[in-house]
Amino acid sequence: MTTKLFKTGLSALAMSTILGGSAWADEVSYVIGAVGNAVQVLEEMVKPWEEQTGHTVKIVTMPASTSDQFAQYRLWLAAGTTDIDLYQTDVIWAPQLADHFVDLTEAAKDVLPQHFPSIIESQTVDGKLVAMPLYTDAPALYYRKDLLEKYGKEVPTTWEELAATAQEIQDGERAAGANDLWGYVWQGNAYEGLTCDALEWVKSFGGGQIVEADGTISINNENAAKAIDTAASWVGSISPPGVLSYQEEESRGVWQTGNAVFMRNWPYAYALSSGDDSAVKGKFDVAPLPSGGEGSAATLGGWNVAVSKYSDNQDAAISLALFLSSAEGQKFRALESGHLPSISALYEDAEIAEKVPLIPRWKEVFESAVPRPSAPTKGKYNEVSAKFWSAVHETLSGNGTAAENLELLELDLEDVKGSAW
Amino acid sequence: MTDQVMAQASGPSLQQRRQRAAFWFLAPMLVALFFVAAWPLLRTIWFSMTDATLSNLYDAEWIGFGNYLQVRELSSGRTVYRGTLVDPDWWNAVWNTVRFSFASVFFETIFGLIVALVMNAEFKGRSIVRAAILIPWAIPTIVSAKMWGWMLNDQFGIINDILLNLGLIDQKIAWTASPETAMTAVLIVDVWKTTPFMALLILAGLQMVPRDIYEAARIDGINPVKVFFKVTLPLIKPALMVAVIFRLLDALRIFDLVYVLTPNSSATKTMSVISRENMIDFDKFAYGAAQSTLLFAIIAVFVSLYIWIGRVDLSGGRD
Repeated sequence: MTTKLFKTGLSALAMSTILGGSAWADEVSYVIGAVGNAVQVLEEMVKPWEEQTGHTVKIVTMPASTSDQFAQYRLWLAAGTTDIDLYQTDVIWAPQLADHFVDLTEAAKDVLPQHFPSIIESQTVDGKLVAMPLYTDAPALYYRKDLLEKYGKEVPTTWEELAATAQEIQDGERAAGANDLWGYVWQGNAYEGLTCDALEWVKSFGGGQIVEADGTISINNENAAKAIDTAASWVGSISPPGVLSYQEEESRGVWQTGNAVFMRNWPYAYALSSGDDSAVKGKFDVAPLPSGGEGSAATLGGWNVAVSKYSDNQDAAISLALFLSSAEGQKFRALESGHLPSISALYEDAEIAEKVPLIPRWKEVFESAVPRPSAPTKGKYNEVSAKFWSAVHETLSGNGTAAENLELLELDLEDVKGSAW
Repeated sequence: MTDQVMAQASGPSLQQRRQRAAFWFLAPMLVALFFVAAWPLLRTIWFSMTDATLSNLYDAEWIGFGNYLQVRELSSGRTVYRGTLVDPDWWNAVWNTVRFSFASVFFETIFGLIVALVMNAEFKGRSIVRAAILIPWAIPTIVSAKMWGWMLNDQFGIINDILLNLGLIDQKIAWTASPETAMTAVLIVDVWKTTPFMALLILAGLQMVPRDIYEAARIDGINPVKVFFKVTLPLIKPALMVAVIFRLLDALRIFDLVYVLTPNSSATKTMSVISRENMIDFDKFAYGAAQSTLLFAIIAVFVSLYIWIGRVDLSGGRD
């Protein structure tokens, strides 16, 4: 069914782009991080493109940690490797890697208006379209319907309510013998994911966005300190102490085996948690993340595909990039992985609404999502993010209060900034 | 002195001719070493004195010792010091590395010695035991780090499960996450992995010890503990010293295990990890090169110190 749909889209694409020009078969390499079922879905997705064009796709898999992926990509690109043609890139990487990628403006000019302008803008550096969006991302609060019902609780809308509900259910269930149950799992490892989680806490308490759009360092303030101290109080009470080493997949592991009441995670976990091997199948739902008093905040995520300028098969690679980011490609991804499309028309699509009800509900969440400060901090974003997550991780581990650590962080960030970002 | 005078008088001596031949035999090796060891080292030192970044390696400009230490006057008149030598993250990494090296080498030597003594004894199935003991050493570090990562996982890990069932702990421990236990976790895995290496090197030393000394000791009725300290230990000391120096060199530049098991934890970040982080993650290639250079210098200091102390002891033993 989806394959048929796919082929129709593909032939249209083939006619409208340079794709018809490639006479011989190439092998293009596509590098992607292995999170959840991303690799399997991609293998399925590229099949119709391979049939149509005669090219083949070699999928190169990378570790799930985005920091590890970035380090490897930077090395490959700095060395100008021709082995990889397409890179799947995080939304925050565009300013740092822009020099190494092909400008897609010309190739994609017909389809660009379909996408949300904010996403296209995030991938445009000095007028150059660095990557095509594959999907966008905004995290959700996953909750156990059955447990909330059992204890007569509402879905929490503030962090305070979440902590109280989680504590009550955790105590109640443990008394009933479920010793491994925890209230709330999230991503507390010292890596890019913690920057996302912590930015949400800080923003929802009215503590700003670390570095504001105009480049001012705003992180050292009372609200931000309160937000991070609140999170630190969860560790060991409603969240397992080990949450400080969890990335997305570890928290999903605890959640999907039925050992958590709440989880903060990206939409990809929705499809997996509904799978037949999931202990929480049919027992859970999602809601926007709670508020700290200044509204709910969700960090803008999302993945894109970029074509390496060192690639020997640029035409084939560009055609694959356009194919994967097309409406058909994004629909397939939405149905298979629960990823949010970057094409606004798909939020009204009946089939998506029926099979992945999360997606139409998520449009407004993601439209108000908070970007990480990758645009104002430019090439120094990684260092800023690492300093931020380290300061948060220290606080969560109990090394100093948030106020103390944020004061040091401000000093460090001033140093990194120097005279200008 | 007299030799030299004589050699000068009567043309090249046999000794000199042999030395010359030896030099020509060694030359290809020296050239290879220059390209694989000296050149990268010199290049790193050069990079550490420039402002190179990963995307701009070849047009880097010379900035002297700025990456190590620089003094800056702020517009407010305040003087600040910048550079690796005043970077608290760097000194934290140095301290972690030194702590890790001494603890791991200490435990590995003790356990390696015990294992070697067991393997040196005659018993049935000795060859199987020897092969089995080598398994941890044969597994690639990345694989064993990942494997232990899962075993030490707080929720699904087998270690916590065993300890809980034995009643040794009453709450699951987040081994790799908590700053108090992260270093212990790294040490456990490293000791597990590297003890066989130590055992093997010590075993080689043990097998050189002549059997008749033990026989003589047995006939004299000397207590086995005394035999160990008075006979075995002094005789295997040279082998032990070499084994320890190998391990110390290895431990001081530890990277893979820490990088996989406890990435980014400031409680375990070592010198190699932090220099890689600066070079690649933060795009401060020159700064990372400065840290690599310091890493090299620190290792050189430790090794010279060790050899110097070791030689003093050895000559004392020979007298």
